[in-house]
Amino acid sequence: MQMEAFVQHTGKVAPVDRVNVDTDAIIPKQFLKRIERTGFGQFLFYEWRFSQNGDVNPNFSLNQERYQGSSVLISRANFGCGSSREHAPWAILDYGFKVVIAPSFADIFYNNCFKNGILPIKLSEEQVEELFQRTEKHEGYELSVDLEAKKLTDAHGLDISFDLDEHRRQFLLQGLDDIGLTLKLGDQITAYEQQHQARLAHQA
Amino acid sequence: MASKKTLYEKIWEQHAIHEESGKPSVIYIDLQLVHEVTSPQAFEGLRLAGRKVRRPDLTFATMDHNVPTQDRFNITDPISKQQIETLEQNCRDFGVKCFDLNSADQGVVHVMGPELGLTHPGKTIVCGDSHTSTHGAFGALAFGIGTSEVEHVLATQCLQQGKSKTMEVRINGKLKPGLTAKDIILGVIAQYGTDFATGYVIEYTGEAIRNLSMEERMTVCNMSIEAGARAGLIAPDETTFSYLKGREYCPQGEAWDKAVARWKELRTDEGAEYDTVVEFDADSLVPQVTWGTSPGMGTDITAVVPTPSEFPTENQRKAAEKALEYMDLKPGTKMSDIKIDRVFIGSCTNGRIEDLRAAAAVAKGYKVAEGVQAMVVPGSGRVKIQAEKEGLDQIFVEAGFEWRDAGCSMCLAMNPDFLLPGERCASTSNRNFEGRQGRDGRTHLVSPAMAAAAAVRGKFTDVRDWEFKQDAVTV
Repeated sequence: MQMEAFVQHTGKVAPVDRVNVDTDAIIPKQFLKRIERTGFGQFLFYEWRFSQNGDVNPNFSLNQERYQGSSVLISRANFGCGSSREHAPWAILDYGFKVVIAPSFADIFYNNCFKNGILPIKLSEEQVEELFQRTEKHEGYELSVDLEAKKLTDAHGLDISFDLDEHRRQFLLQGLDDIGLTLKLGDQITAYEQQHQARLAHQA
Repeated sequence: MASKKTLYEKIWEQHAIHEESGKPSVIYIDLQLVHEVTSPQAFEGLRLAGRKVRRPDLTFATMDHNVPTQDRFNITDPISKQQIETLEQNCRDFGVKCFDLNSADQGVVHVMGPELGLTHPGKTIVCGDSHTSTHGAFGALAFGIGTSEVEHVLATQCLQQGKSKTMEVRINGKLKPGLTAKDIILGVIAQYGTDFATGYVIEYTGEAIRNLSMEERMTVCNMSIEAGARAGLIAPDETTFSYLKGREYCPQGEAWDKAVARWKELRTDEGAEYDTVVEFDADSLVPQVTWGTSPGMGTDITAVVPTPSEFPTENQRKAAEKALEYMDLKPGTKMSDIKIDRVFIGSCTNGRIEDLRAAAAVAKGYKVAEGVQAMVVPGSGRVKIQAEKEGLDQIFVEAGFEWRDAGCSMCLAMNPDFLLPGERCASTSNRNFEGRQGRDGRTHLVSPAMAAAAAVRGKFTDVRDWEFKQDAVTV
């Protein structure tokens, strides 16, 4: 699928202050039954946002007035652990987040973000803590992300460089269709299949 | 002289068909397993781009997550029904073999693949499911992928992958009676944490691993993802070959001999170096029970619920406090004093025949405690048939357990099996996340024997002290 390119983004920051935020929390399983890629934002963090009878939980950060309209999510270590469900990044994107910042991410979730034009940024525990403090301190706190320069800045003098695999960066900057790229290797794939024909053949 | 290589590096090299500096490699995928939840958007992507499934013969599907475990053809939730029907339609449209609800081979995708003999040493295997790591028990490089990658593999039979780092997890010593593969992996994760293997492919080695059956090895590899690993591997040996021999999708005759000769090369060379090595002692292992909302929050059955303030970091203290609040547990409570309402025996972690035998051995001659609802869900149609042949279903039913049809069931509650708010469950599944088994439900992960013992006693019990009734099957 061709993606929208990601070059720069400035947006309001919202915190989810927990370690090990798992994909069951990001999008509970009862909402995985849709057969589309869209419409999952309404279910993001559903069991934290809403009580059992559907009332809004005023204590959960995303429900607070000051974080409405956020597009940058900050959280703690091992974000996105658990299931491989791509419904998790679909829900994050559909809700309006373009950037997720944490000290570490679970592998499959991290990978899934890039397939959907979401930028996951890994920073040190201390840097993430600093962002939590700034988000708390400044009402309407915003971060600017420059993917070309690999920099994070704010209006209060913050200037952080972040690391990102170069291929992944280009992938987002150009909004590449990676299936299309692999399909270009058709001859090599065919040659491999011919060479391994016996091994790939099933008995039944 | 060729350089020394780990098992992972050998499989990787045999499958990397295109490598370019600064870019992920393109690796060939030998087998893709497909289920109803993570595939509809992938097939739809193919349709929109006018693409076909490149190798329908290397693609196998089944439905498991949504399937009711009672009255399975009567799917009352219309969106569950639609998801299952969409898989059937997609398989018809794209020529993919589907083991549907009418097939005796239908089951939890990671139980089905190995028992059909689709899982072979040295294969690369993917599925849109994180517990694909299960198949690593055979020495296959198997890992979960997202739906975009499911589509990628359907279209190209390849995947773009960065190479992982390698980690040896060496399990020393011997398991004592009453201890299981589940206790090993829960113990490892409790000791090292839920992200110690992020970025790595684990290879499990050591005496305790060698002594495990294939089914037990699958339990260990299954939960590699709970340690953050990309995949978990165990080098194939005679245990692996004798499990596979004669299975439907395995080579036969001369082809079998050739395959075994090739598979015997699939081990880490003497002197090859892993990026990291961790060790774990099986000798001193005690049955494990989780107390929190992350698989790493586990302890010995002989221990007590921990005190949050005793954790070393602020984030851990906060996480433990939140977990105990959710789980409604008080620090200092003996694990063996925690009462349960429900028991779930099943899942891709512990829904195989040996798991059911172990649970039946404990249950035989006893009754499920009053007020406890316990169910046994075979991992596949074949497991169910085998268990019934052995009379395990009768042992369970006589003891007051419910005997169900194959499916993911209450491992993730996308079907009619789920916990009610506040219910506490002894579960043989893999995740104790908040809400995993039903909103506000409380999950404690244990082995099948420990789950059966909890069902009988109504609370967690050290299965090492269990009094087995005569003629019981041995654990």
